Amino acid sequence: MARMKFLCDVERCIDCGGCVVACKEGHHVPVGVNRRRVITLKEGEPGEKSISVSCMHCADAPCIAVCPVDAIYQRADGIVLVSKKTCIGCGYCFMACPFGAPQFPSGNVFGRRGAMDKCTFCAGGPEETFSKEEKNLYGQNRIAEGKPPLCAGMCATKALLAGDADVVADVYRERVFQRGSGVNAWGWNKAYKKK
Amino acid sequence: MARSKIRKSSGASVVSGQRVTLNPKLARRSFLKLSAATAALTGAAMTTKLTGKAVAAEKKEAYIGSKKVRTICTYCSVGCGIEAEVHNGVWVRQEIAQDHPVSLGGHCCKGAGAIDMVVSEKRLKTPMKRVNGKWTSISWDTAIDEIGAKLLDLREKDGPDSLHFNGSAKVSNEMAYLHRKFAAFWGTNNVDHQARICHSTTVAGVANTWGYGAMTNSLNDIRHAKSLFFIGSNAAEAHPVGMQHILHAKEVNNAPIIVVDPRFTKLAAKGTDYVRIRPGTDVSFVMGLINAIITNGWEDKEFIRTRVAGYEEMVKVASHYTPEAVEDVTGIPAAEVTRVAHIMANNRPSTVIWCMGGTQHSIGSSMTRAFCILQLVLGNMGKSGGGTNIFRGHDNVQGATDMCILSHSLPAYYGLSDGAWKHWCRVWDVDYDWMVGRFPAKEWMNKKGFTLARWYEGVLGEVEIESPSPIKAMIQWGCGSNSNSQYNRVVKALNMLELLVIVDPFPTIASAVTKTDNVYILPCSSQYETSGSVTSTSRQIQWRYKVVDPVYDSKDDYQIMELLVKKLGFADKFYKKIKQVPEDITLELGSGSLTIGYNGQTPERIKKHMDNWHTFDIDDLQAKGGPCDGEYFGMPWPCWTTEHPGTPILYDVSKSVADGGLPFRNRFGLEKTYDASGRTENQLAAEGVYNPGSEVKGGYPEFKDVVPGTNWKTDLTQKTLKEAIARGMAPFGNARARCVVWNFPDQVPIHREPLHTPRPDLIPKYPTYEDKPNHYRVHTRYKSEQSPDLAKEYPYVITTGRVVEHMGGGAETRSNKYLAELQPEMYVEINPRLANNIGIRKGDMVIIESPEGAKIKVKAKITKRVDDKTIFLPFHFAGTLMGESYEKDYPDGSAPYALGDPANTVTNYGYDIVTQMQATKDGLCKVTRA
Repeated sequence: MARMKFLCDVERCIDCGGCVVACKEGHHVPVGVNRRRVITLKEGEPGEKSISVSCMHCADAPCIAVCPVDAIYQRADGIVLVSKKTCIGCGYCFMACPFGAPQFPSGNVFGRRGAMDKCTFCAGGPEETFSKEEKNLYGQNRIAEGKPPLCAGMCATKALLAGDADVVADVYRERVFQRGSGVNAWGWNKAYKKK
Repeated sequence: MARSKIRKSSGASVVSGQRVTLNPKLARRSFLKLSAATAALTGAAMTTKLTGKAVAAEKKEAYIGSKKVRTICTYCSVGCGIEAEVHNGVWVRQEIAQDHPVSLGGHCCKGAGAIDMVVSEKRLKTPMKRVNGKWTSISWDTAIDEIGAKLLDLREKDGPDSLHFNGSAKVSNEMAYLHRKFAAFWGTNNVDHQARICHSTTVAGVANTWGYGAMTNSLNDIRHAKSLFFIGSNAAEAHPVGMQHILHAKEVNNAPIIVVDPRFTKLAAKGTDYVRIRPGTDVSFVMGLINAIITNGWEDKEFIRTRVAGYEEMVKVASHYTPEAVEDVTGIPAAEVTRVAHIMANNRPSTVIWCMGGTQHSIGSSMTRAFCILQLVLGNMGKSGGGTNIFRGHDNVQGATDMCILSHSLPAYYGLSDGAWKHWCRVWDVDYDWMVGRFPAKEWMNKKGFTLARWYEGVLGEVEIESPSPIKAMIQWGCGSNSNSQYNRVVKALNMLELLVIVDPFPTIASAVTKTDNVYILPCSSQYETSGSVTSTSRQIQWRYKVVDPVYDSKDDYQIMELLVKKLGFADKFYKKIKQVPEDITLELGSGSLTIGYNGQTPERIKKHMDNWHTFDIDDLQAKGGPCDGEYFGMPWPCWTTEHPGTPILYDVSKSVADGGLPFRNRFGLEKTYDASGRTENQLAAEGVYNPGSEVKGGYPEFKDVVPGTNWKTDLTQKTLKEAIARGMAPFGNARARCVVWNFPDQVPIHREPLHTPRPDLIPKYPTYEDKPNHYRVHTRYKSEQSPDLAKEYPYVITTGRVVEHMGGGAETRSNKYLAELQPEMYVEINPRLANNIGIRKGDMVIIESPEGAKIKVKAKITKRVDDKTIFLPFHFAGTLMGESYEKDYPDGSAPYALGDPANTVTNYGYDIVTQMQATKDGLCKVTRA
């Protein structure tokens, strides 16, 4: 069975924030909660690179391992989801996650901890598919509609890829191959110029 | 107490989780199968709840019975497709517009949040008027009655020129056309829009070089470029979705991307070569490139021999720009000049792309011509992968420019001559003498009006103006006032008006900076709540279908215009040929806009292209089969007839005219004796240059007298156009592109120091112009403004630009909570070295002061994007000034989420010599810690 994966092509990402707003607008994510964000390194210098990051839907997800109430689970297609009704908002998953994906509603003094929110790969949650409850808690369930996640679908430069890991890998492989030999090939500088 | 609360809540969540009965590690569907199986095994009842779930899982749609409406994003000129899903009359969500041949489903953050234009809580809900300093809701009838009465009263007392109309690049072509038509019927040329401060110098410079002032190729065509030269463009932030085609060229063609900019932008991060240039010195650098190309023998000799005029005269001027001279002026190392020239010469065709960095200067109209000449010398014109790809700003600024909401021309660049007025009166079917009678005197029909850049001088009365009346009323329709330089003077003028009418979906800053009572806001619906055509930067015309009805008590542009025109009493003449809105307007504007070939794109054809996005090839934008077979997407203008496929690449002689080919336009006579050399040159193309199938195998003049007394531009029967095409020829002739523009102050582009220069030592060698009286009705200072002492007190160069999250004055984007979250506050970019030298640390508040004495207080962002002599400000903010907030002055609840000091408060004095373009990219300032 297919395993769902994201891949962000850093040669293409231009930090336009399209993925961020596509996600927020599509799922009505509150301000302050970022299921996806764009990180830029070496801003304003040669070598500046941006990458769009969210939950990576890890094969062996540390968040699932540490969750004390087993609120986080993985579907057979690899999508990692959280049951917000089960979650106690402890934040263990946030400490375990290598990508800072788990988000918690922000509050006033001392912060307000609520159920964890994160990227659902546009696959909703454990509640009834297309129900009001599912929509309110997790947003759209596009996977059930047979549609790709909004962030990747709306990526301005097709930097962000999402879908069956095999297909994503094929798309990326073809792209790297097309970049051909020469200075623009991914890894060329590392291999030959040792920068 | 606290303890028991915690225990309670954790207990509750365990219960509600029901983890005992569910296996959370299984996918939803497997769970359903499994639960059915378990039910059978254990004999546990299959509850109705579970059955319900099973049925829902079979459902394939989230919104049953919804419909998808195709429209075009209203932010930038890339023209991305949007698929809006509408359920029960409500726009519920945006789908991925995968089939759109330009955007391929892509959106930047603004486009991804396009739905907020309709659903934002900040939208204006009813017409409003300020009464005793407080915003008060009024009815449409009252609003229109009062506005109309005041306008008629002013017309009676002060004449029609007491009104200034700022139109919009955010409306459809049809509405843009009505804006211009409205001003004509009102009897004034005081009408302008954002293009004045966007690409007016491009249109002037480029059109005077080879005929048309628009982008020559298309975004998709950049896929074929072998090298890309960006100067004063930050496409990664300003045209993000266009980047997919740019990166395609980089990846697949191994094309070098050269980025010339004072800032190391997000685009530079994707480039292969970055050249840091001192703001305002583009002519010097580009003429230096031209000189390097010629001295090394890299020019395209055959192209120059056959298709270029005034070449020798230009070479003589360019020869002064040696690599060393260029280094002195621009700060770019001499070796770099030759290296960049070498890259471009060795990777042809190369495309040249520029935006506001190349236009907003006092010599902007020379810069844009220098870019054109570079492409002529390299022989890159009229070729796929080449061309001057001038990225426009707003979504319909190309269309609004074509419809000429401009104070110096009637629609389609006909100008203001008697012939132009007579032509349009014929199109409108009104009596020419009636039209003359609308003006204070006939001479004012032919004189340029005030511009958007400097309309406020007509109010303030502080400098010499030449106008029949000062400006006393203004209609500001879809236009944010904080885009104007010297913004504090704009604010002063806004407060002196006897009548200000703001027509916008969101309250623009003009509503908050005015304190007077005679201000009206008319809530206009967004472009998603109406329909009409829109022209992208690639000259493609697309149709915006209406997504939903106007929300709240807003009305669409057409309805508001109709109310206004009816009240002002010329509706019968104004709408003589318009019954069905907007389609009849499309046809009317097309029937008159023959110069630029807007006549072939009928509403039916445009809609057909929208309905068949998927049939267009993304590499050449031609439909391969299907209902639009052979046509180019959006029928890029000129589209000469209703059978013509559109012109995908301007001046391409490899295709026949009927198939979208064209030579350079014959617009500047047949022969010219140059002032500089005394040489006389034939301006027509050489023998052997012609489009396939042309009857004449070389240059030929424009078509006239096919129908006696008319030419190709004024023959409303369009017989002339058809005959030209039948003979395989371009209606506008076949001429040379010219390097010498004898009707400009600088016939060949030369460098002149910015009015406020950080290099006073260069003023004697590169002085600015003499002062110019009556420049679009306003006395404009050049020489008297250029002081060598200014840089001592104001040592840093100030430049402005875009951020991807916001657009223009930001009234729309700052009212979108997600965009406001991503880019919440105003800031200034300062280099770490400069910051350390003047004692500023990250996050400190700093005061920026302009030589005009204006100040803003903004947060410091320490970054190497800028060098240590330059500071950068994003220009989208407004709503505060020097620590004072205007939030309370907006109508209740409609102040944008993000407020900040407007950058344009401190942008300097300085205007282009030809177009009155404001110079916001190369001023000076003082920076101190607050």
